[in-house]
Amino acid sequence: MSAQVMTYLFVGATFALYIGIAIWSRSASTNEFYVAGGHVNPLANGAATAADWMSAASFLSMAGIIAFEGADGARYLMGWTGGYVLLALLLAPYLRKFSKFTVPDFVGDRYYSQAARLVAVVCVIFISFTYVAGQMRGVGVVFSRFLEVDINTGVVIGMGIVFLYAVLGGMKGITYTQVAQFCVLIFAYLVPAIFISIMLTNNPLPMLGLGSELAGSGEHLLDRLDGLTTELGMSAFTEGSKSTVDMFFITAALMAGTAGLPHVIVRFFTVPRVRDARISAGYALVFIALLYTTAPAVAAFARYNIISNVDGMEYAGAPGWFTKWEDSGLIAWRDKNNDGVVQYRGGNAMSPAAPDFADMRGTSGERLLNNESTSNDNELYIDRDIIVLAHPEIARLPNWVIALVAAGGLAAALSTAAGLLLVISTAVSHDLMKKTFMPGINDRQELMFARIAAALAVGIAGIFGIYPPGFVAEVVAFAFGLAAASFFPVLMLGIFSTRMNKEAAIAGMITGLTFTFGYIVYFKFISPELNNADHWFFGISPEGIGTLGMLLNFAVSMMVMRLTPPPPEEVQRIVENIRVPR
Amino acid sequence: MENDKNKAYWSANLRLMFTLLAVWFAVSFGCGILLVDYLDQFRFGGYKLGFWFSQQGSIYVFIALIFVYAWRMNRLDREFGVEEQDEDRS
Repeated sequence: MSAQVMTYLFVGATFALYIGIAIWSRSASTNEFYVAGGHVNPLANGAATAADWMSAASFLSMAGIIAFEGADGARYLMGWTGGYVLLALLLAPYLRKFSKFTVPDFVGDRYYSQAARLVAVVCVIFISFTYVAGQMRGVGVVFSRFLEVDINTGVVIGMGIVFLYAVLGGMKGITYTQVAQFCVLIFAYLVPAIFISIMLTNNPLPMLGLGSELAGSGEHLLDRLDGLTTELGMSAFTEGSKSTVDMFFITAALMAGTAGLPHVIVRFFTVPRVRDARISAGYALVFIALLYTTAPAVAAFARYNIISNVDGMEYAGAPGWFTKWEDSGLIAWRDKNNDGVVQYRGGNAMSPAAPDFADMRGTSGERLLNNESTSNDNELYIDRDIIVLAHPEIARLPNWVIALVAAGGLAAALSTAAGLLLVISTAVSHDLMKKTFMPGINDRQELMFARIAAALAVGIAGIFGIYPPGFVAEVVAFAFGLAAASFFPVLMLGIFSTRMNKEAAIAGMITGLTFTFGYIVYFKFISPELNNADHWFFGISPEGIGTLGMLLNFAVSMMVMRLTPPPPEEVQRIVENIRVPR
Repeated sequence: MENDKNKAYWSANLRLMFTLLAVWFAVSFGCGILLVDYLDQFRFGGYKLGFWFSQQGSIYVFIALIFVYAWRMNRLDREFGVEEQDEDRS
């Protein structure tokens, strides 16, 4: 059976499963719609959190980034897992004890202020929408590459599926589809990794294969890879090129941002007890680590396979995957020395680095480019995002594995999209409608608003997927910096300091947000030509500036809190109350 | 009386938390970032040691930290008599 028919079968089967779960787990009350009634098993919540958390970026992009950056990729590996330690120790159990429905709920009640609640609502909606646009795009890319439908049709199909289970089922529907989606995505990630690990190193566990000897050579994979990359004039795989300061700040921003992301925090509102929230964070990290410890192995295997298959290959005899991805515009080759052979070396092959295809074919049949050639010997451009999708084909794995990867990529994107859309819809129906503008509505009306808001949010997300605003890719990485600079300090101080008051929280959030936002906008949009280490504060890139924003937020909060009156008695009692489980 | 007990519970919680966060910082920011070049001169099987910490080891330690925390906190809850009864969500 061809890979395409297989893909239709796998994707169709998993979609049928998600729809079945959606129909079985409809929500009848706001309590079910917002927090799945609060009785999700902690193990199930762990799996749901893992799927909620691992997005198209984790599944499709991360291994590709590590494959090309080597050691520097560690900032994502540590940043996106270390945040769970902060979440489990500093936030999740206490927010669960507080027992409300949304993150702005906590901010509004703890800081006895509608203004603080509204600032939180705006942050939630902004962070979640930038994030969800990327997911919808991921759905479209998988559809167009594997099912050969138009990207936009793919986005619409994805929207339809999310609509069904998010609007009907709310948190209850999302929780159980996420459990199913976790199983699909982790299976789809591990199977090809295991195959390739056995082929290269004879070790079935990719995490161990990464540190093993290459089959039949007696040389360690990583040493060989270091040798190959240096030989070809690239930087050695296990050596980083980012400065230590920048690595430190980016990793810290990703960690604090992870702990402050609303769609992850609300998952811990769904378990029955404080004790379950603690252990559930542990289960979630185990499930996440299955993918995160495999990703660096996939990255190293892919880099090795690409170098050994592509460098020195005659274009005329190129394998199918090479020309197919060239047709999609994600691989480009310029035959600088006119020998018909692909030379893969260090440096960018062209300027600008991203290919701009002319509507003509060259002498070997390759797509010609309008870009300027660069003076180095490199002739190849490979988009990082194709590594996970193309690797099974590069390694010549059977068709069903290729189909499985497509279904896994869709599961990763859809599960995260649904979690984000739910957070947006509850922020609107609960925090804006019920708590701010229409306090008189009853539970049934609030539920209706929640469904309408979810439906609208799905629609807007779809439009972002079809007409991606150019800045989305730039901004997604910064959602973390903004979450770190706004939510994390406010939530943490709200739990760990009884003295923390409304004035300090608002001043802190505004300082953290404006500073971080301003720095990013300045270097990314106003003066992109200055965006290099010489002009950065202390050598901190915009990606890592959220950490400094967070420190400023903490500093301003501490100062303002000492200069203004303490919070009212009953708020101090709330804080003392959330610190004990009973 | 009740208040003193809760205070003691809270400071025991903080002690545990700071100990675990110190380990968290040491493996990730310490071994994985600040000391990575120094540690890379040692080997751990087929890995350079610093590279292993930053791409594998720190993640395993994070998991262990959360489970140790959950286990110790459940014990503290019982010691101070603040553990939850079943199903007390309103």
